[in-house]
Amino acid sequence: MAEIDDNLAQREAIEVDRSKGDFKYEENYAFDAGVGLTPATIDYIAKVKGEEEWIREFRQKSLKIFQDQPMPTHWATADLENIKFEDIRYYLSKGQKPVRTWEEVPDDVKQTFERLGIPESERKFLAGVEAQFDSEAVYSRMKEELEKLGVIFCGPTEGLRDHPEIFRKWFGKVIPAGDNKFAALNSAVFSGGSFIYIPKGVKVAQPLQAYFRINAENFGQFERTLIIADEGSEVTYMEGCTAPKFETATLHSAVVELVALKGAKIQYITVQNWSANVFNLVTKRGVAEEDAEVRWIDCNIGSRLTMKYPGVVLRGKRARGEVLSIALANDGQHQDTGAKMIHAADDTTSNIIAKSISVGEGRSTYRGLVHIPKTLANCRNNTECDALLINEHSRTDTYPAISVRGRKNSVQHEASVSKVSAEQIFYMMQRGLSEGEAMSLAVNGFVNDLVKEFPMEYSVELKRLIELQMEGSVG
Amino acid sequence: MPDSLVIKNLNASIGDRPILKDFSLTVPKGEVHAIMGPNGTGKSTLSKVLAGHPDYTVQSGEAFVDGEQIIGLEPDVIARAGLFLAFQYPSEIPGVTIANFIRAALVARQAKGAPFDAKAYYAELYAKMDALKMDRKFTSRFVNEGFSGGEKKRCEILQLMMLKPKYAVLDETDSGLDIDALRIVSEGVNAMRGPDAGFLVITHYQRLLDYIVPDRVHIMWDGRIVHSGGKELALELEEKGYDWVKKDLAKA
Repeated sequence: MAEIDDNLAQREAIEVDRSKGDFKYEENYAFDAGVGLTPATIDYIAKVKGEEEWIREFRQKSLKIFQDQPMPTHWATADLENIKFEDIRYYLSKGQKPVRTWEEVPDDVKQTFERLGIPESERKFLAGVEAQFDSEAVYSRMKEELEKLGVIFCGPTEGLRDHPEIFRKWFGKVIPAGDNKFAALNSAVFSGGSFIYIPKGVKVAQPLQAYFRINAENFGQFERTLIIADEGSEVTYMEGCTAPKFETATLHSAVVELVALKGAKIQYITVQNWSANVFNLVTKRGVAEEDAEVRWIDCNIGSRLTMKYPGVVLRGKRARGEVLSIALANDGQHQDTGAKMIHAADDTTSNIIAKSISVGEGRSTYRGLVHIPKTLANCRNNTECDALLINEHSRTDTYPAISVRGRKNSVQHEASVSKVSAEQIFYMMQRGLSEGEAMSLAVNGFVNDLVKEFPMEYSVELKRLIELQMEGSVG
Repeated sequence: MPDSLVIKNLNASIGDRPILKDFSLTVPKGEVHAIMGPNGTGKSTLSKVLAGHPDYTVQSGEAFVDGEQIIGLEPDVIARAGLFLAFQYPSEIPGVTIANFIRAALVARQAKGAPFDAKAYYAELYAKMDALKMDRKFTSRFVNEGFSGGEKKRCEILQLMMLKPKYAVLDETDSGLDIDALRIVSEGVNAMRGPDAGFLVITHYQRLLDYIVPDRVHIMWDGRIVHSGGKELALELEEKGYDWVKKDLAKA
């Protein structure tokens, strides 16, 4: 097991960032649901968490759905068959309750987050931070003035316990357990994640950040996030994810539900850098009521297989939905990503911009769904998906499903595939850039217009992550 | 020779077609040499081979930048050793602004992790753009994307002026330029002339040499230099045409 020299870890805390997640600390867990998934696993999790009976029943029902639903390999990759559900550990925790100062966080866990630069960024630019280590949050803190305004930022266990009237109303409503096999799995074993409520009219200027860290081998992380932005409120939520490299597969299967009530705005930003053994199968969907806006900014780097299609149900008039997505598939990786826009009211607009980069033998897939029924009028969708291929064996596929009916609605779809040419690389190298630097400059140029939409701190991080990926990609 | 670009008995081919045949030339620092010759004689190949283009194979021969052998090195190593190539057909790099591109090229020349003086950089960039009569808005345009022929060449000369190489090879820089652009580009090059830089100007026409007056003129034919002289050689060539080269010089 890794032994960390204290001085080294402290010195590195300033320099090391989220792009360097490949390290781990010794495992010692007070609560361990063991290997495999049975109704007894569910009861164990519910008991450890001290949950009410209705939640335990919800979990058991979801387990049944998960077990009954077939693997969706009729449309998705057969690699899903390689997930060994019976070998996975579904709940691991040290029995900690989330604390409010970094000093109280256990040393080994604290070092992990320090190496990833989390306390540092909290000081610099965040309104609140939650840090999850395997199944449970170890740290959770929000600025006091937000608390006074009635903003809630905690985990689902605390949300259930302390705010049942809000939680129960929305939980599982945007993404029911039966939505898909992995949403059912999450509904059965969920632990950790965020519960956020922004009261009417409250505009949270700085982002709230959650950080998800897998530390144990053969582990499944199943966080559950529910964000409710009440009428006229605004919030930006950001999540970052890493895991160390293991020989065996690790599973991350989250469910994220967003509710933007009348006139509210939710922006949800993900920068994930999973190691290449992680199956990342995530369901994300938001509902936008009248004049509300839901915006997903989604960057998928790393993992063995990512399947993720953030969606927006445009339920109220003039609602807006947007997905900006960047995916980078390196050797041995498959980024199967995209977006869903379900128009369900007049005058709704949606925008999808998806850019994917395939490096080496990496594969990227875009799947899009745009649905505008003929009963609606003045709905608009714009979809752009661009793929960049770096090497000869890189692969990209596009599967857009667009169903737009009615004469008063419009849709626009553009797709492109481009390659970084040998002449471009030679031109840049003639100016003194190494091959890796030339590649990452070309890739950064390709995603440039999307990256501009990110908060500055994240665009810098993304640029660095891309550089790191490209460095390793050339001989 | 420590203060020269020296090319010695260079033999290079593309595929199995030999193009450079025992090519030799020395450009001392501080001088401007012109290479003229008809199409297909190997002028552009020479520039690509010197810059380390992977499509060409060097069978034998050497080239030195101030005594450092560059044949067989990676293109970026050759560039950082001090050889700059102004391309006849520069590539487009979508999404990368000119300012960021030149900045990345300068950072690549610094020690890893060394701080970059952005303020001084922009001051210099703007001064050089003024000299080349380039609009400030140019800095935020993507490298060569949607540029006219003249804009591309000006952008090449801007990079040359910012990167300050020991030796610059200008490959048909006059092609695609109207007379005003030709004058501006030439002024840029002339401003760089001095004891610290050597130039190898490759051109098909004498016209460019009215503006960038060379110290030496070389005539290239079938992969080698067949005749060398002063600047008046370019005028002679203009007058007599390349047939003269074919008939008289090629035999020699």
